[in-house]
Amino acid sequence: MHVRIWGCRGSIAAPGPETIRYGGNTSCVEVRGDHGEAIVLDAGTGARPLGERLMGEHEPSLRVDLLLTHLHVDHLEGLGMFAPIWSPETELHIWGPPSPVASLDERIATYFSPPLFPVHLTEVPARVSFHDAPREPWTIGSITVSAHPILHPGATVGYRLESEDRTLAYVTDHEPALGTDLDAVDTSWISGYALAHHADLLIHDCQYTVEEYASHVGWGHPSVAHVAAFARRAEVGRLVMFHHHPGHTDDQLDAMRGEVLSGWSVDPARCIVAAEGAEIVV
Amino acid sequence: MSTQAAQHHLVLILARDFASRLATPVFLVDVRGTVIYFNEAAERVLGRRYIEGGGMEAEEWSTVFAPSDDDGNPIELNALPLGVAILERHPDHRMLRIHSADGTQRRIEVTAFPLFAHEDECLGAIAIFWETPEGAER
Repeated sequence: MHVRIWGCRGSIAAPGPETIRYGGNTSCVEVRGDHGEAIVLDAGTGARPLGERLMGEHEPSLRVDLLLTHLHVDHLEGLGMFAPIWSPETELHIWGPPSPVASLDERIATYFSPPLFPVHLTEVPARVSFHDAPREPWTIGSITVSAHPILHPGATVGYRLESEDRTLAYVTDHEPALGTDLDAVDTSWISGYALAHHADLLIHDCQYTVEEYASHVGWGHPSVAHVAAFARRAEVGRLVMFHHHPGHTDDQLDAMRGEVLSGWSVDPARCIVAAEGAEIVV
Repeated sequence: MSTQAAQHHLVLILARDFASRLATPVFLVDVRGTVIYFNEAAERVLGRRYIEGGGMEAEEWSTVFAPSDDDGNPIELNALPLGVAILERHPDHRMLRIHSADGTQRRIEVTAFPLFAHEDECLGAIAIFWETPEGAER
């Protein structure tokens, strides 16, 4: 699998000179399968440039599978500017967390409709299908996908993508240590553990420093210490620190990487700060 | 494709976390009725320590504490609130007597309800119980 990061900022886009190295677009990751499958993880503002690239390369039709972790706006706000959705040649499958209250398309339409957006979701030209993420693994081309609910306010899932013997885990917007000592508890009681266990690459929320987390308990994001503990317990290959706080500068993110590595004693090359444009082979 | 590691559903993780913070005794079972957690307050009433991974199956917990009514008649699993929650998948409540592991007989009131992640996805059940004074009626 080939991974390209199009947006790795959390909460709200944060362009500017202090975020130029790691980028300011919100969550969007492109995954290409070995047979050309086009999977998109979340549709933050990074979905806009990704959509332009996809439209520039497809002939004559395009299938895209968009896997949404949840429907907070920083993971959805790029959908209206995702160029393939405005093409009738596009077959777009949108997968997302099931809710006991409303269907996935109803919940997405809350954002994708007036007054928050000028066009209603039902009016887009693309052939769009909505799917509740199944409880059992399913396949997209050669890739097997699993979705599990994870600890974050509201219906939220993480994803595990497996292709032959390689595994990518995408677990963003996740507070695994809420009420839990990650070092003491049996792993079966750790949110997201099964998704991340032995993943070759884990893309994980890394929003707060330890000091910041103290005043944000329950907001749905971890501290660097939690991320280190989670990576250690899940025995992942490489970790990509993701969902950067919009207020964190490039230099602060470098310092946070050092804090993760102080709690996860591995070859530093295994700990990566997500950056827009970065490409990683899994 | 690799085999995924065992992990409890998020609803059960949150239920355990909630229970662990309560001073009220709480008992948590999975969808098969196997005990997966009880809190410290429950340990005191049951006279038995919770041991991680030492899951008691329904047949065991429904008999080991010898539940009975006020007249001493044994109460079967399907009439215990937690049994009703698992087997019939609706809430239940009743007063009963148990023998704690330390030999003490206790009169308790139990409320149990099933835990649904979705309408068609029952993950287990939770029981909350109180010691009740002799002679108290409901």
